[in-house]
Amino acid sequence: MTEIRNYTLNFGPQHPAAHGVLRLVLELDGETVVRADPHIGLLHRGTEKLAESKPFNQSISYVDRMDYVSMMCSEHAYVRAIEQLLGIEPPVRAQYIRTMFDEITRIGNHMLWIGSSGLDLGAMTMFIYAFREREMTMDMYEAVSGARMHANYYRPGGVYRDLPDTVPLYKETPWTKGKNLKRKNAWREGTLLDFIEAFAKDFPSKVDEYETLLTDNRIWKQRTVGIGVVSPERAFQLGFTGAMLRGSGIEWDLRKKQPYAMYHEMDFDVPVGVNGDCYDRYLVRVEEMRQSARIILQCVDWLRANPGHVMLKNFKVIPPTREEMKDDMEALIHHFKLFTEGYSVPEGETYAAVEAPKGEFGCYLVSDGANKPFRIHLRAPGFAHLAAMEEVVQGHMLADVVAAMGTLDIVFGEVDR
Amino acid sequence: MITVRNKLSDQLASCFGARGTIVPSGNNQVTLRVPVDDWLDVAQTLRDDEQFAFNQLIDLCGMDYLGYGQCEWETEDATQGGFSRGVEDLGPGRFDWESRPGSDDPKSVDIEERFGVVVHLLSTNHNRRLRLTTFAADEGLPVLPSLVEVWNSANWYEREAFDMFGIVFEGHPDLRRILTDYGFNGHPLRKDFPLVGNVTVRYDEDKGRVVYVPVEIEPRVLVPRVIRKDSRYQADDIDQAADDAADSLAPEVPQND
Repeated sequence: MTEIRNYTLNFGPQHPAAHGVLRLVLELDGETVVRADPHIGLLHRGTEKLAESKPFNQSISYVDRMDYVSMMCSEHAYVRAIEQLLGIEPPVRAQYIRTMFDEITRIGNHMLWIGSSGLDLGAMTMFIYAFREREMTMDMYEAVSGARMHANYYRPGGVYRDLPDTVPLYKETPWTKGKNLKRKNAWREGTLLDFIEAFAKDFPSKVDEYETLLTDNRIWKQRTVGIGVVSPERAFQLGFTGAMLRGSGIEWDLRKKQPYAMYHEMDFDVPVGVNGDCYDRYLVRVEEMRQSARIILQCVDWLRANPGHVMLKNFKVIPPTREEMKDDMEALIHHFKLFTEGYSVPEGETYAAVEAPKGEFGCYLVSDGANKPFRIHLRAPGFAHLAAMEEVVQGHMLADVVAAMGTLDIVFGEVDR
Repeated sequence: MITVRNKLSDQLASCFGARGTIVPSGNNQVTLRVPVDDWLDVAQTLRDDEQFAFNQLIDLCGMDYLGYGQCEWETEDATQGGFSRGVEDLGPGRFDWESRPGSDDPKSVDIEERFGVVVHLLSTNHNRRLRLTTFAADEGLPVLPSLVEVWNSANWYEREAFDMFGIVFEGHPDLRRILTDYGFNGHPLRKDFPLVGNVTVRYDEDKGRVVYVPVEIEPRVLVPRVIRKDSRYQADDIDQAADDAADSLAPEVPQND
């Protein structure tokens, strides 16, 4: 009798459905997955080590590159950890701006997620639809920080600068002109807040479009309902957070339970799944996008009515403005010290967490009183989620691996760090 | 929030007594330091005891306390010649283990407790967090009991701590490297691992394959590590000391939750 052996399949590291550089070693019995062993670290950049060798502020842009589709949320955790150790509290306007941009980030992240996991499961149109709106969240990033992705906008003590009065307009090209150009620029004529408001008001109708394509779609449901079921008990044991935990029916959202920034002032709902399968997690994320739009509108209203400072006036931590520097010697000295040596953070340790789009993004920061962190550890939600990969896909078919991987919403920047 | 912290501290103190030390840390966070022998016991109790119910292990990370509190650039006195910008001395991350500074210097920091792990726990029932730490006994071969049986999410975190710090977790089902390359040597997040690394990769034309060669660039410091006793926080310390003194003189007030 011939010996029957399981088939070992190497999935990735260069596979479009691997969402980055994941090498997944699958052991298959026919088409059923027996074992799944993710090999990660192909994008390991040693951020935690690098951060130990530079002043605190210079690592903010490294933290951007952790979860590179929800940049500002990662920044938020790091900046909050520094603020906690310094014992400073940013101005209220800065807190509102952070809340608003966290939600813009959430929309941008879920947009990439819905587009790419749609693409994985054969819904090609989703990708094109979602990126149409995602482009606008990128434009908001650009208007406020100058960078489309790695914004480096949040700083200890506030945000780098106030919201601008203009938004960059599309220029005429042979492909974009006349009526088309006018339509593209329609929302961008006013201030950034006008643009954000127009976007957030219109956005729920766009979510309706996505739902028309997917929610009752027979193929989509066949691919996701009952796939990758995680029970609430297992979700806790596996360290799930964010939409993965809520999809399993647990109402846990740091924005509600341990509010930071201005979330205690916001009126929003936390969607919760029932079955804990891929489809429920999809529904949770779709509803989160609607709720994000709600939060953004509340922030826009407040920010319109309340101008003010967006940075603390504390020259020991926050550099003075250029104008102050030109005619005040104290300011010049502070500026020089902050940009050569940085500020020293008092000795201590802290853990600051935010509800990033993918789950709980935390920053554990240890300072020994120096101008550089002694140790930082970034708690990435994707790391815990991917660790559960084997359990989620075991017993499913090979094609379901793609569905399960899509629903984990992993980004290798944060998994590999 | 203050009451939440006090309550948790009291509960921990009454439950574990001498087995755990509550380390003061700011921002309403509680740290419990446990001797390595009680590590698993305490973890099990924290998960199963109703009054704690820490049902989630959110984070586990390794720590290397070598060089903690060391300064590269002392500026206590002004000099006539000015200060040099560069840092010539060997600091953490720029020496190998044999040439570590202070290995024969009596002033060097006590690295008896060099390697440890820090665990962040979350209780969704009580909505509170706890930081749990322990130190490995032997700095040459740090060994700790594995928490995988208590919280399954510890699996990859412990693999990461093993990879980055060389901390061995006893009872871990699958302790392999996780983030570094296949066949990597050393533990990169140890303070005595140079920032620029030890080896670099290039393609060898003659051999027709990729080879590892010793790294050529020299590690250097752009911004020296400076510890400043900021007067703002010193003022706080003085106030705190005064408060403490006043407290110790004041009559004992019964605490209520």
